[in-house]
Amino acid sequence: MTSTQTRPPAPAAPPHHAEPAARPVRVLGFRQHLSRWDLKFSPYLYISPFFIMFAVVGLFPIGYTAVISLMDWDLVRNSGEFIGLDQYVWILQNPQFWTALRNTFSIFLLSSVPQLIAAIFIAAMLDRNIRAKTFWRMSVLVPFVMAPVAVALIFSNMFGDVHGLVNGILTDLGLPAVPWHKDPFWSHVAIATMVNFRWTGYNTLILLAAMQAIPRDYYEAATVDGAGAFRQFLSITLPSLKATLIFVIITSTIGGLQIFDEPRMFDNTGEGGPAQQWLTITLFLYNIGWGEWNFGRAAALAWILFLIILVIGLINLAVTRALVRDEGARSPKAKKQKGVRA
Amino acid sequence: MLSRRTKAIAALAGAASFALIATGCAAGDDTASDDGGPIELTVATFNNFGYTDELLQEYMDEHPNVTIVHNVAAESGDARANYFQKLGKGGLADVEAVEIDWFAEAMQYSDLLAEAPDSVKGRWLDWKEAAATDADGRLIGFGTDIGPQGICYRADLFESAGLPSDRESVAELFDGDWEHFLDVADQYREATGKPMIDSANSVLQGIVNQIEYTYTEPDGTVIATENPEIADAYELVTERAIPNSAYSGQWSDDWFASMANGEFATMLCPGWMLGVISGSAADVSGWDVADVFPNGGGNWGGSYLTVPADGENVEAALELADWLTSPETQMKAFANAGTFPSQVEALEGEELAGATNEYFNDAPTGEILSSRAEAVSVAPYKDADYFKYHDALQNAVNRVFDGSEDATSSWNTWVAEVEAF
Repeated sequence: MTSTQTRPPAPAAPPHHAEPAARPVRVLGFRQHLSRWDLKFSPYLYISPFFIMFAVVGLFPIGYTAVISLMDWDLVRNSGEFIGLDQYVWILQNPQFWTALRNTFSIFLLSSVPQLIAAIFIAAMLDRNIRAKTFWRMSVLVPFVMAPVAVALIFSNMFGDVHGLVNGILTDLGLPAVPWHKDPFWSHVAIATMVNFRWTGYNTLILLAAMQAIPRDYYEAATVDGAGAFRQFLSITLPSLKATLIFVIITSTIGGLQIFDEPRMFDNTGEGGPAQQWLTITLFLYNIGWGEWNFGRAAALAWILFLIILVIGLINLAVTRALVRDEGARSPKAKKQKGVRA
Repeated sequence: MLSRRTKAIAALAGAASFALIATGCAAGDDTASDDGGPIELTVATFNNFGYTDELLQEYMDEHPNVTIVHNVAAESGDARANYFQKLGKGGLADVEAVEIDWFAEAMQYSDLLAEAPDSVKGRWLDWKEAAATDADGRLIGFGTDIGPQGICYRADLFESAGLPSDRESVAELFDGDWEHFLDVADQYREATGKPMIDSANSVLQGIVNQIEYTYTEPDGTVIATENPEIADAYELVTERAIPNSAYSGQWSDDWFASMANGEFATMLCPGWMLGVISGSAADVSGWDVADVFPNGGGNWGGSYLTVPADGENVEAALELADWLTSPETQMKAFANAGTFPSQVEALEGEELAGATNEYFNDAPTGEILSSRAEAVSVAPYKDADYFKYHDALQNAVNRVFDGSEDATSSWNTWVAEVEAF
């Protein structure tokens, strides 16, 4: 309200037109002051809610977590005793932490790689001229709408060792039952399946959008040159998707390192298995924080996870920069043509 | 759009004024309960305490100014998370249920809980009441139920295995120590080729609940890995119970599914387990319960009601907890959900003696469980870390069952874990 009231005078007397006449006076009225401040500070004011919110719900907890991580913390009494870096030492010396790290990366690889291949394939199919396009495109997104916990509950039941649907079918076919809840590798496969079920459709749509942006002239030219569908896919579609693929890989890396719902719901205890077969880092954090109520250790682990993600984020950034620069240098023509087409 | 927003604001304002009125009233009635204005009391429990709406309505009829709101958590783990997140900070219900497994953790904060009136002292079995009394002699928990264990068995499967199947003969059959129990299991396996016991970890649970000092001693010494009783229990379970068990642990999807199709023939059965069996295998006939338990008696589970001291209506809440855990009310809860009373008067009452269970072949469950409660001779010492040690030992058994590790290396892993705690 204030800004709309004070604004009108400013355009009515634009500063550098009025300046010569106003020079001898040089006394600014309160209204002019207001409009100056308005110009100077308003933009910051308008974006400040985000930063204030971030400071309150983001920055402060991060800092507070760092403080707690140096203490032996009592959650109920909200007090602690300073013990230095002991909590970090405990975490790094605990074999469960390293198992959790291994599991996290294993599940991440088992989910991201097949998921990306499937997403590219499905997107390529949807990119062709098929009937009921919108229907198919919408259907691939349906799993994404389901709540992760619901997905995890249903899949965990299907992957039951004895009474599960999957093992039932396998044994009916004369194949041996798979030890889903015993062998680390198979438990990772089961959990990765849940992740893939939910995220493949989402990535498909992003890749599909990128494919649609590839100029059709390329394909026409390739067809004239005698390139088959597969060759066209390898030489035109894939290279053009590079930037989008990088985005998809970064988001799935961050998601993969924080995987929690699926392993938590994978059995009834939610502790990651008796031999930590499917214990992930976030699940380990939860067990320490909300199982043992040891917030000092949980906070230390949260900081270690933060640093791991930071390091991987930096690696991602370096790789992305190298690749994008590479692409820019190699195909300047593509951009020009895109512009013409638009 | 605008009109919708105005409506929303109006609704919010309305709700806010209601809230103001409500808190105003509550604040005015801090101590009064029988006289004075309306009070709303919240009761938080988990699973099934047998506190039906009809039962709570009885209290509301007696106390017209009281309205009870009952919140039920799906399982005790959820209740535990909620309890320790809010204890001492406000936001807990006026009456909060606490399970025996994490009761010791709550006892660390007994100063944050309201003290029960002197009039209720002596209502419960000695060990039940002693566990809820802190170092300063303050009683802060109202005992609800206990879990004396018998043995549930499938009479039809016993018969086809050539074993006796009526209640009295089965009680005689199992009369003895754990070695003997496992001898019978071997016999069953030879006859049928199937495991007799539902899970290896229930055997561990049964043995451990008969040991007074398991993992720690009252002075804080950790004896977990040096305790010969624990080492013996582990050896017995891994060597002899695992081959005779259908599953490694309880409560998994597979385990629940198995109850309906006769994969195993016995379960160690506290009173509340009767409801679990009849609920999961409603169509199966043949379950029965025998008045016997390996190596004497054993208690598994049971709960308390606590009143957080920072509640708005502490006096009224204490009065409600008093009523809910009175022998008369507990008998009604037992009829509703099979939660076996911990109150001396209820245990001696005629009503309990005459209670039967239709699903378990009309077994006189009141009589059987009373006799099982009398056989309990040891109250295991469980401190705040008990849950952690026991959970890790259960995982050690799970690893052997799954074949992830052999018995020796799994034990060593457990020892390493305990040393790292």
